[in-house]
Amino acid sequence: MGEVPAIEAEGLVKNFGKTRALAGLDLTVPAGSVYGLLGPNGAGKTTAVRVFATLLRPDGGRAQVLGHDVVTAAAQVRRRIGLTGQYAALDEYLTGRANLVMIGQLSRLTANAARRRADEMLERFGLTGAASRAVKTYSGGMRRRLDLAASLIGYPSVLFLDEPTTGLDPNARAMTWEIIRELAYSGTTLLLTTQYLEEADQLARRVAVIDGGTVIAEGPPDRLKSSVGGERLEVALAAGADMATAIAAVMPFAAGGIQPDGDGRRLSVPVAAADGLTTRVVRALDQAGIGVNDVTIQRASLDDVFLSLTGHVSAEAGAETPAETGAELEGSLT
Amino acid sequence: MSAITAELVPDRDVTYGRSPAWHFATDVWVLTRRSIARIRREPETLADVTFMPVIFILMFAYVFGGAIALPGRGNYHEYLIGGMLGMGLAQTAPGVAVALVTDMSTGLIDRFRSLPMSRWAVLTARSIAELLTQIISAVVVVGVGLAIGWRVHTGAADVAEAFALSLLFGYAFTWAGVCLGMALRSPEAAQQSGFIIFLPLTFVSSAFVPTQGMPGWLQPVAEWNPMSALAAASRHLFGNPNPAAAVHAWPMQHPELAVVCWAVAMLAVFAPLAVHLYRRKAPG
Repeated sequence: MGEVPAIEAEGLVKNFGKTRALAGLDLTVPAGSVYGLLGPNGAGKTTAVRVFATLLRPDGGRAQVLGHDVVTAAAQVRRRIGLTGQYAALDEYLTGRANLVMIGQLSRLTANAARRRADEMLERFGLTGAASRAVKTYSGGMRRRLDLAASLIGYPSVLFLDEPTTGLDPNARAMTWEIIRELAYSGTTLLLTTQYLEEADQLARRVAVIDGGTVIAEGPPDRLKSSVGGERLEVALAAGADMATAIAAVMPFAAGGIQPDGDGRRLSVPVAAADGLTTRVVRALDQAGIGVNDVTIQRASLDDVFLSLTGHVSAEAGAETPAETGAELEGSLT
Repeated sequence: MSAITAELVPDRDVTYGRSPAWHFATDVWVLTRRSIARIRREPETLADVTFMPVIFILMFAYVFGGAIALPGRGNYHEYLIGGMLGMGLAQTAPGVAVALVTDMSTGLIDRFRSLPMSRWAVLTARSIAELLTQIISAVVVVGVGLAIGWRVHTGAADVAEAFALSLLFGYAFTWAGVCLGMALRSPEAAQQSGFIIFLPLTFVSSAFVPTQGMPGWLQPVAEWNPMSALAAASRHLFGNPNPAAAVHAWPMQHPELAVVCWAVAMLAVFAPLAVHLYRRKAPG
């Protein structure tokens, strides 16, 4: 991969007063993929995106988008990026089409090209029927689609999606996911921030977990998951099986403490993933005279990754908070 | 749905080759058109600059006016309009602040900042759109003024100069509203700024009453208030009663020059400050 990374950050630092939003963030996002930036509220995700999108000047370190420095070559960066924030950044009083044409022209398209491109986008995002209505009559899902369309109108090579599904209902979220998958397929680089582990798992080819303004883990979701205890075998024993014998039989395969279940009929065995493992476990139990009703493999979820890395559960487990980082936003607007 | 991006933009569809001046003009035009489209769709947004002046004129002409004695026994209706013109212009400043704070809070300004567009265009376009509403406000004031018996007693050149000065002042004043919009965070706060800043500014002046009747300590404040200079200049140029001519303070003796000075000073301070606030923390 000799090509220029879509985004490259080295030791990025950004302070808001006494709050350190970015504390030496390092990140390399390869071109042409979906990259997930995962972290709890206030982790620094939005700040990082705002630095990459030339909205914030970093206090330290440097960042490049497609090889252009976000501070010294901000104009070059702006030609190549699209940005979709947590709120639909649209003019409520203009029609959907007028919004897109306006953003198109401001993205340096000619008036004719902007109009053509706007109609194309409206069609592709299923908004043609609502094109002549003022945006304030749109539903949340429609706004988000129009906002995505607006971020794409200038033919960006790198698209920043800052919590694109926060506050959306499940239907609208599914639709947004579909669009993101399609964008990824078309070769656009997408940097997706999310506090939803499932979303990063579903969409991103690589994930960086951010906490306290630095990357604390990075890699493909699968590898992150296997780094935290890998897999668990859940074994359901047949009636009358002796628990102590069963534990002794699976002990050679266990990568950690074996947990017998309350009713004495189930075993949860942490294992290191290996070919043919399940077969060998079942055979060992059989040889010890233990009947097996069921064996299932449980992969660690990104939730587990998150918990083991940050020491706290993800926001997904708690209440949903549509406004991600009040502190970050306020700080940047003062 | 077919593939959405990764298409390359055709060269003939982009304007990168044009000059910065061309880009600036286009961006300003696109954004000004946006503000005008908003007014066309929601004419009630003009209530601030249309109904307000009407209500103020009628209230002062028929409720308070009878109790206000002008030194030199001038006609209060004729006196009123020169002050009302400035009041109507200043009244648009909170509106521009509200509009900008709203664009900030919806993230639209952030989107603009992330585009390869001119940095000055957003604020310039807003100030031009505001100038258009100020012209509407001036037309309303003149219309209602004529209806209540206000007349000009001078030539076309003087009248034209009065309107030119008013709009120059109004345009410069808009940049104070732009600064406010850049500094405040909520549309509500911007709305309230109208009462906290702009209402006292217009009332502690000769816009509605001659400064001669004010307490001694307040008189200099009112005499040096830019709104007083604008009112005095308009009255002088319209040939309306202008008691301020008898006041020794420099701006009252040279109201036209004072208006120009105030306008230039406000532009010199507020326009760069507004752009500074706009760019704060954002590179380039």
